[in-house]
Amino acid sequence: MSIEFDNNLPIYLQIMNHIKRQIVSGLLQPGDKIPSVRELAADLQINPNTIQRTFQELEREEVVETKRGLGRYVTSEGSKIMAIKKEMAGDLIHQFIHGMQELGFKNQDIVTIVKEAVAVKDNTDRKGASPDGHIAEG
Amino acid sequence: MDTLLKVNGVSKKYGSKKALDNVSFEIRPGKITGLLGSNGSGKSTLMQIIAGLTPATAGDISVMGKPIGRETKSLISYMPDRPLTESWMKVKDAVAFYKDFYADFNMEKAREMLDFMNLNEKDSVSVLSKGMNERLQLTLALSRNVNLYLLDEPIGGVDPVARGKILDAIVRFYSEESSLIICTHLVRDMERIFDEVMFLNSGSIVLHEEVESVRLKHGRSVDDMFKEVFGE
Repeated sequence: MSIEFDNNLPIYLQIMNHIKRQIVSGLLQPGDKIPSVRELAADLQINPNTIQRTFQELEREEVVETKRGLGRYVTSEGSKIMAIKKEMAGDLIHQFIHGMQELGFKNQDIVTIVKEAVAVKDNTDRKGASPDGHIAEG
Repeated sequence: MDTLLKVNGVSKKYGSKKALDNVSFEIRPGKITGLLGSNGSGKSTLMQIIAGLTPATAGDISVMGKPIGRETKSLISYMPDRPLTESWMKVKDAVAFYKDFYADFNMEKAREMLDFMNLNEKDSVSVLSKGMNERLQLTLALSRNVNLYLLDEPIGGVDPVARGKILDAIVRFYSEESSLIICTHLVRDMERIFDEVMFLNSGSIVLHEEVESVRLKHGRSVDDMFKEVFGE
């Protein structure tokens, strides 16, 4: 695991987001074991107490669960993983809308622009790639 | 015990020059603390006083409730900014020297660390590069079982790639019940392994704070804070 850290932001938040992204993208599957504090601290060259705090926060949010004596595991609850997905999507959309508003677009314009962009993307995807994602030949 | 190290009103004068001026702080167990300051700020002097190598002009220091002196030598491991090894030594001689000298030296840990550091026991200390020498010094210092480790510029002479290896070793091999004080001016490279930092400026502590709260409260890195405090 490697992360580009931004030293201006709390490190534990960055590691939390990183782990959540891994869960949402399927790199970490429900029920997967996550590394120990020591392993992750050494891997990322981060203070072990910071990692400890990351895991505590993830536990509090029920993203990971501790099985006594066995270690920590990604939650097996599908609904929880869906919730993380929604939360991360919410953040992205919020940033996007904020950025568009700063550019002077009204809400109705934003919806139209997104609709058009999605349609264009859909079209090029269908033309340029086969359904399994490989670029079609010829 | 809530306090591992207590430094109370410590001053140090060299002639008429004040190296440390009324320095007070406490360190709890299980913490990695960065002691940050520019050259000549008094970092090394403070480390040497805590290690019991030079007396303070005023003030008092205790480790686990014991005043600095003979008794605290077995509680503290100090890695100086200059190697303590002799030029005739091979790596294995340096390790044996430490083992003879310190009853708390953990040979098993030393071997494990040498291996991790890619240090060969048969190599002559005098032919080691600066970076490899720092790895050896760190191995020697961390292989003792003590409560407080003092590391003076552990990545000072190391190129940026090798710095990662040393940081990795520190995080991997320090024991969680003990505390570390690491003195450095390479803030950006090291700030992520600290729990808290102290800024030492012209012999006085001007800031002592948890690093995550620096980031949370001020929205900036310790390195940026450091540059602001020490910038000219």
